Amino acid sequence: MNVLLRTENVVKRFGGLVAVNQVSFELYEGEILGLIGPNGAGKTTLFNCINGIYRPEEGRIFFRGTDITGWSPSRLAHMGMARTFQIVRPLAELTVRENVMVGAAFGEKRLPLSQTARVADEVLAFLGLADRADQLAGSLNVAQKKRLELARALASQPRLLLLDEVLAGLNPTEVDEMVETIRRIREQGITILMIEHVMRAIMNLSDRILVLDFGELIAEGTPEEIAQNERVIKAYLGDPKLAQRFALEE
Amino acid sequence: MKRSLWTLFLPVLVVLAVGLYPLLTQQDVHRETSFTLLRAVALAASLNIILGFTGYVSFGHVVFYGLGGYVAFYLVAEKGWPFWSAVLMGGLAAALLAFLIGAGILRLRGAYFALVTIGVNEAMKAFIYNFQPFGGPVGLTMNFAVYKAYGGPRAVLWMTYHWLFVVTLIVVAVSYWIRVSKFGLGLLSIREDEDAAEVMGVRTSWFKTWAFTLSAFFPGLVGAIFFFRNASIEPHDAFPLHVSIESIVMVMLGGQGTVIGPILGSIGYQWMRVFLLTNRLLKNIQLAVAGGLLLLIVLFIPAGLVGWLRRRFPATRRFLL
Ligand SMILES: Nc1ncnc2c1ncn2[C@@H]1O[C@H](COP(=O)(O)OP(=O)(O)O)[C@@H](O)[C@H]1O
Ligand SMILES: [Mg+2]
Repeated sequence: MNVLLRTENVVKRFGGLVAVNQVSFELYEGEILGLIGPNGAGKTTLFNCINGIYRPEEGRIFFRGTDITGWSPSRLAHMGMARTFQIVRPLAELTVRENVMVGAAFGEKRLPLSQTARVADEVLAFLGLADRADQLAGSLNVAQKKRLELARALASQPRLLLLDEVLAGLNPTEVDEMVETIRRIREQGITILMIEHVMRAIMNLSDRILVLDFGELIAEGTPEEIAQNERVIKAYLGDPKLAQRFALEE
Repeated sequence: MKRSLWTLFLPVLVVLAVGLYPLLTQQDVHRETSFTLLRAVALAASLNIILGFTGYVSFGHVVFYGLGGYVAFYLVAEKGWPFWSAVLMGGLAAALLAFLIGAGILRLRGAYFALVTIGVNEAMKAFIYNFQPFGGPVGLTMNFAVYKAYGGPRAVLWMTYHWLFVVTLIVVAVSYWIRVSKFGLGLLSIREDEDAAEVMGVRTSWFKTWAFTLSAFFPGLVGAIFFFRNASIEPHDAFPLHVSIESIVMVMLGGQGTVIGPILGSIGYQWMRVFLLTNRLLKNIQLAVAGGLLLLIVLFIPAGLVGWLRRRFPATRRFLL
């Protein structure tokens, strides 16, 4: 299998805090790789390193065989990397359609504006937001904003999609819908790296799972392996609420 | 929602109405009124490119006006360049200044950017003050022999009016183009959330720099036209901070980030200004009134008149842009 993304000993510090510590992993084309870990483990920071928001202090990152360490986010977007934000960032005063058009217009394909509206409408239909297209993005509710994040990323027809807790804050029905949506995105051939706290979902969706704790990669394996991993269970015991959820759902 | 062609026609019609009126009446007083209006429209609409479309509040718009004025004046009065080429150079000089400082100062956000733009204006004023080719503190004066080549002072007043009219129409057309183009979509996304835009593939520094450069080109042209007809230029007239502030008020009043907003805002503000100037009591506090007005707009209708209409009556979005 082809490696789409590879990190080598990535380190990111904030002052004295080592938010990401020597993280190395590989992501294969076509797979869904889950990234879990307690709150503050460094998951979002790792995403920020991968897509160029932060430059890691140490280590290298390769995407599509190219060393992309320190590249700007826009340049990575042009290479086919897209992401959603844990804390949604709608372009509030633009319409939902315009938000998605931005994704289509400036991603890898860099479509001319005349074609982006059509792409946007297709993606919005796929995500069940078609009837909101002309509404201002700021007026959507949280669940809709999460889907808008996804719609913008998808409209760029990315090769790699980084999902940061797209299920958080959704009710159980919405979670099921979103899980189904993610599965269908993968079927379109898009590789996915996803951070998730909803264990049932991540265990269900992922081909493999990475576990971060205090910035370090403490485990890597299939969902079954991860569920039985001693270190993982210990790490979650540090976060009793999550440990409970972990145990319950399994 | 399909956008109606009125989104283009309305702004153009308003400018045509203002611009053509003196041409029909051929009255000097009408020409002078329309000159003031068109200058305000051109300054506000060009400021809107960086302020309204890109979301960067510049208090330094007038620096481009003054620089364009000086460069053109110098080339015409001292170097004998033809008027049209001097005007073009005035615009290009202003654009070049924006391009050169843009890469640096557009990294700053919010109040920091605003403050630095004031600094740029003051620094330029101080520089010109000490720059002998531009006459230093005294400035430059036009030799009336230069006007002769253009048919005398009265002909110059009409010629510069025609020029300003055309430049204003171009500014409005460019505003419209930006608003409906991919370039404009990139700018709007920066205004809304610069980091998110960058992640979606918008090369934000490139977009911001070009928006700033374009936004500076037109005040450069306008300054060049104005000071040529003014027959003299000096640092105080060329870089008045209050013109920057008034331009912001005009943009905000009409609706930042819209095409027609800055046009209506300029006309509305100029109308109010005439009223203030003719009122003895208010004459001396017109700037205070502008500041107060800005405060009221920001507090109560931050989207301006057109923004408010578009939000309150969604049907108007079809033809108000
Ligand atoms: N911009 C920042 N500045 C300083 N510390 C940060 C910053 N971003 C994250 N951190 C810290 O880095 C650690 C990892 O954060 P984060 O990556 O958001 O965790 P996760 O996404 O796994 O919950 C946390 O301790 C957090 O407080
Ligand atoms: Mg996080």
